Amino acid sequence: MSGVLGQLNRRGAAWLALLAIALLALPLFANSYVLSVAIVILYFAYTGQAWNVMMGFCGQLSLGHALYVGLGGYAAAALFVHFGIGPWAGVWAAMAACVVFGAVIGMLAFRFGIGGVYFALLTIAFAEFTRIGFDHWEWLGASGGFFLPVAQRQYNDLANLRGSPEMFYYLMLALVAAAFALCSWLLRTRIGYYWLAIREDPEAAQALGVNTFRYKMLAVVISSAMTSLAGVFFAFYYNNLFPEQVFNIGRSIEIILGPIIGGLGTLFGPILGAAVLAVLADGITEVLRYAGIEVPGVKQVFYGLCLLGVVVFLPHGIWPTLARWLGVTADTRRE
Amino acid sequence: MNDKPSPLTAARSTRRSFLTGVGAAAIVSSSSLMRGAWAQAARLKVGVLLPKSGVQAFFGQSCQFGADVAPAVIKSMLGVDIELMNADTESNVDTARSRAERLISEGAHVLTGPFDSGAAQAIAQVAEQRGVPFMINIAAAPQITEQGYRFTFRNFPTSVDLVRNGLALIRDLFQATRTAPRTAVFMHVNDTFGEANRKAIQAILPKLDYLPFKIVETIAYDPAAKDLTVEVARAKASKADFLLLVCRLNDSIILRREMVKQRWNPMGIIGPGNPGMYEKQYYTALGKLSEYSISNVPWYNPKADLTKAVDAQMKKQFPKERLMFHALNVGFTFEAVMVVADAYRRAKSANPKALAEAIRRTNLDKRMMLGGPIRFNAKGQVEGINSAAIQNLNMRPTVVLPANAAEAKPIFPMPGYGRA
Amino acid sequence: MNVGFDLVANVVVAGMLTGLVYGLMALGLSVIFGVVRVVNFAHGEMMTIAMFAATALFSAWGVDPFLAVFPIAIAFFIVGYALQATLINPFITRPEHTQFMLLVAVAIILVNVLLMLFGPNARNVQVDYQLESIEIGPVLIDVARLYAAGTALACAAALFAFFRFSLTGKAIRACADNHLGARVVGLNVKRLYAFTFGLGAACVAVAGCMMVLLVDVTPVLGPYYTLLAFVIVIVGGLGSMTGALLGGVLIGMSEAVAGLFVTPSAKSMVSFALLIVVLLFRPQGLLGRSTR
Repeated sequence: MSGVLGQLNRRGAAWLALLAIALLALPLFANSYVLSVAIVILYFAYTGQAWNVMMGFCGQLSLGHALYVGLGGYAAAALFVHFGIGPWAGVWAAMAACVVFGAVIGMLAFRFGIGGVYFALLTIAFAEFTRIGFDHWEWLGASGGFFLPVAQRQYNDLANLRGSPEMFYYLMLALVAAAFALCSWLLRTRIGYYWLAIREDPEAAQALGVNTFRYKMLAVVISSAMTSLAGVFFAFYYNNLFPEQVFNIGRSIEIILGPIIGGLGTLFGPILGAAVLAVLADGITEVLRYAGIEVPGVKQVFYGLCLLGVVVFLPHGIWPTLARWLGVTADTRRE
Repeated sequence: MNDKPSPLTAARSTRRSFLTGVGAAAIVSSSSLMRGAWAQAARLKVGVLLPKSGVQAFFGQSCQFGADVAPAVIKSMLGVDIELMNADTESNVDTARSRAERLISEGAHVLTGPFDSGAAQAIAQVAEQRGVPFMINIAAAPQITEQGYRFTFRNFPTSVDLVRNGLALIRDLFQATRTAPRTAVFMHVNDTFGEANRKAIQAILPKLDYLPFKIVETIAYDPAAKDLTVEVARAKASKADFLLLVCRLNDSIILRREMVKQRWNPMGIIGPGNPGMYEKQYYTALGKLSEYSISNVPWYNPKADLTKAVDAQMKKQFPKERLMFHALNVGFTFEAVMVVADAYRRAKSANPKALAEAIRRTNLDKRMMLGGPIRFNAKGQVEGINSAAIQNLNMRPTVVLPANAAEAKPIFPMPGYGRA
Repeated sequence: MNVGFDLVANVVVAGMLTGLVYGLMALGLSVIFGVVRVVNFAHGEMMTIAMFAATALFSAWGVDPFLAVFPIAIAFFIVGYALQATLINPFITRPEHTQFMLLVAVAIILVNVLLMLFGPNARNVQVDYQLESIEIGPVLIDVARLYAAGTALACAAALFAFFRFSLTGKAIRACADNHLGARVVGLNVKRLYAFTFGLGAACVAVAGCMMVLLVDVTPVLGPYYTLLAFVIVIVGGLGSMTGALLGGVLIGMSEAVAGLFVTPSAKSMVSFALLIVVLLFRPQGLLGRSTR
């Protein structure tokens, strides 16, 4: 029985506990800027983890994951604005919409035997198609944007997700923890092992009698359902949705950066990756400001160079190397 | 002894040094994150959030000129010291939000910017949460001032006002040139801005009885499209008298070229309230073809003292740039900074709540842009900003209407009209 | 809206010509992706660099883009060769997502270096024939687009001839067909891959020089063209020269017709719908060879 704590040795478990305490206590001693950065990190950690289910565990490269964020967000927002239905009910509609879309994409792709980069392009095509579609959907604001009324900020209304950044922080933290728990449980079950087999060698898996179609579909459906929650969060945190921004391929790329940099297929990879990237992005901006360089574009060049560095020198992501370096893993096998 | 390091050790040391570098960056940034002092108010610290990279880089950098010339001009006119804190929103809403948070943590007393409606919405929420005034320079989505924010102010017309003023100017144009076109084809870019304008036109136009034309066809096009052949072909086939165009800079150039290639010469091209045809790139890209296009947009008053002061300062600080090619961007950005500086002078304190109250009570007669005094209504919106008809004449944007601010007479229909 | 014959004729012809230009842009990707199997997500950025180079040559020495093609294509060939041999070669065997990440990082760097060097202002060339049009009956043909389309055909023909008749071309096709077999036979696969990448890059250069006649270049132009190129290559068929052109024409015409009968702002939906349909029912593309 391997799992999260099975992966980590005692040292690792201690670090994890410390991290959990630090995260829980963060709003108490961090200023508002740090909190907003932390929320962004947690958001990308969560979406990265959701994407990781499909890619890292099951090997299906999705480059259009922003589709689920957008669908989830718009679904919940539409119910809230047009029908007054709160987000806790709206979230089910969001998940339903994403599951349907994910199932359709998965069905089409896997029935027709599409994999690899073709599958990736299929996901891009669906995301772009939906983006342009939403750009013309009047009921949801079309390209003019869909705005949620920003009622009040005095007290935290958890039922309607209106409130202070601290509330959103804890909500996101809860989501990340839940995703973490779900993924570590999934990996321990038969599903997880079948996914591993499909990822490593689909033909061999099929030869062994694994129903690859069913398990790939399961991965897609779980991944899209998880991502839809991020969409709901996004809608209620930012309070506006523009198809151009929400379904953008740039967003899809942002989602996958974290897991790939952090470590594909690992449990800690997406979280680590999201943290590293956010710190890197802001860090470079800060360093450039202290150096007095205000040339637009320099920061992105350094950012790109760092990405390049990680891809070239740490092909499995940062987590496996970091884990070995810190000595927190129980064994040296890469999950 | 083998001097060459084995590939393994080389890789390991590269990885180690790389990780150390990442760690160093993390430490630097986190220590600066944890610090967050509220600086003593010796000068007014104005946070300037603009997209200086990414797709809106051109406009952000243009607006920045307005911010950069502001300290000197404001010092001489109002006697107020301001310090600019510039930040790049990178044309990205997330970045806009976190940069806004960062500026506030570093002691910005007030925020200005951000040129884009999506970013404005995000920053407005931050401003509201942190209780820091946010003075919008340019953003046209009406919803921003409909959310009930107490700390967000906008000195820029909403798309509804823009369109209303723009359509009124079209009537003035026809009267001044004694023409009466019957039909128009309405082309608009399908993004936030274009959508807002389209809705406004559809709402307002039927109610105006002083405009004799009707729109025979509406064509929405993709702002990212590089090929607008079909769109222009449809517009030409509509045989409308003139083109009513809500566009952005890049597509306006493509459209104008396509019109030449397809030999379509309507009476004129009129923008009822949008950027594009008066920007410098329109002239440099199109040369003579840029002539006679008309844009009904807010503009600076060429005769105002402030305009002359800003113009002089721009010549000093940015000798390669001309104010008239950045009129809107520079004008509104400058006015945004001026408003907060004036509020600071009256409030005599940099406390954010006091500043917000002072901004709310602003009543500035001396301004740069055409229109009534700068006064905020209950929603934080300035009303009474007028548009001017800006026609491209002699390769420069020329005010042709209203008559009392005009630099030349309007030319409509444009020469070549009707030529196949 | 009165959809007369004139309008439809004009739109269809324009769509075809534009499609050929798109096809030219996709040729380079077809070569690279089809042979080396690298998911070049920096394709659009490469073309943007070529476009900037063309505008730079024009503003400095007034070089017409048709002439600028030669030095730029040669430069791109060399750089492409070097890029493949050094940076990209180790990545061929790596999983797709890693290739994708590598090229995304490269694309970010390229776009922002361009922003730093050239600023955000759009650049263009201004040649005499750029805005002329020829009249053939009811149809007005855009001269610049006609020339660019002609170049597309010439380029495709040249590539086709190269791959069909030259020794190196055949060797490259062998590598694409059967990597292991090619090595067994003794072909220097690494060098051939580098050559192919260089060739693909040179195609991109040609496309850029032609594109600059039609579109102003800004640093952020890349991603749009990258996506379009991938759509065309998949629809037309990997590794097929005629496929790339055909895919381009198909996309160009369907977008034109969609723009005519539906709203033009949704015309891209047609391309993506076409991509989805092709992926599902004929994933090797219209003219590609079936690999399963």
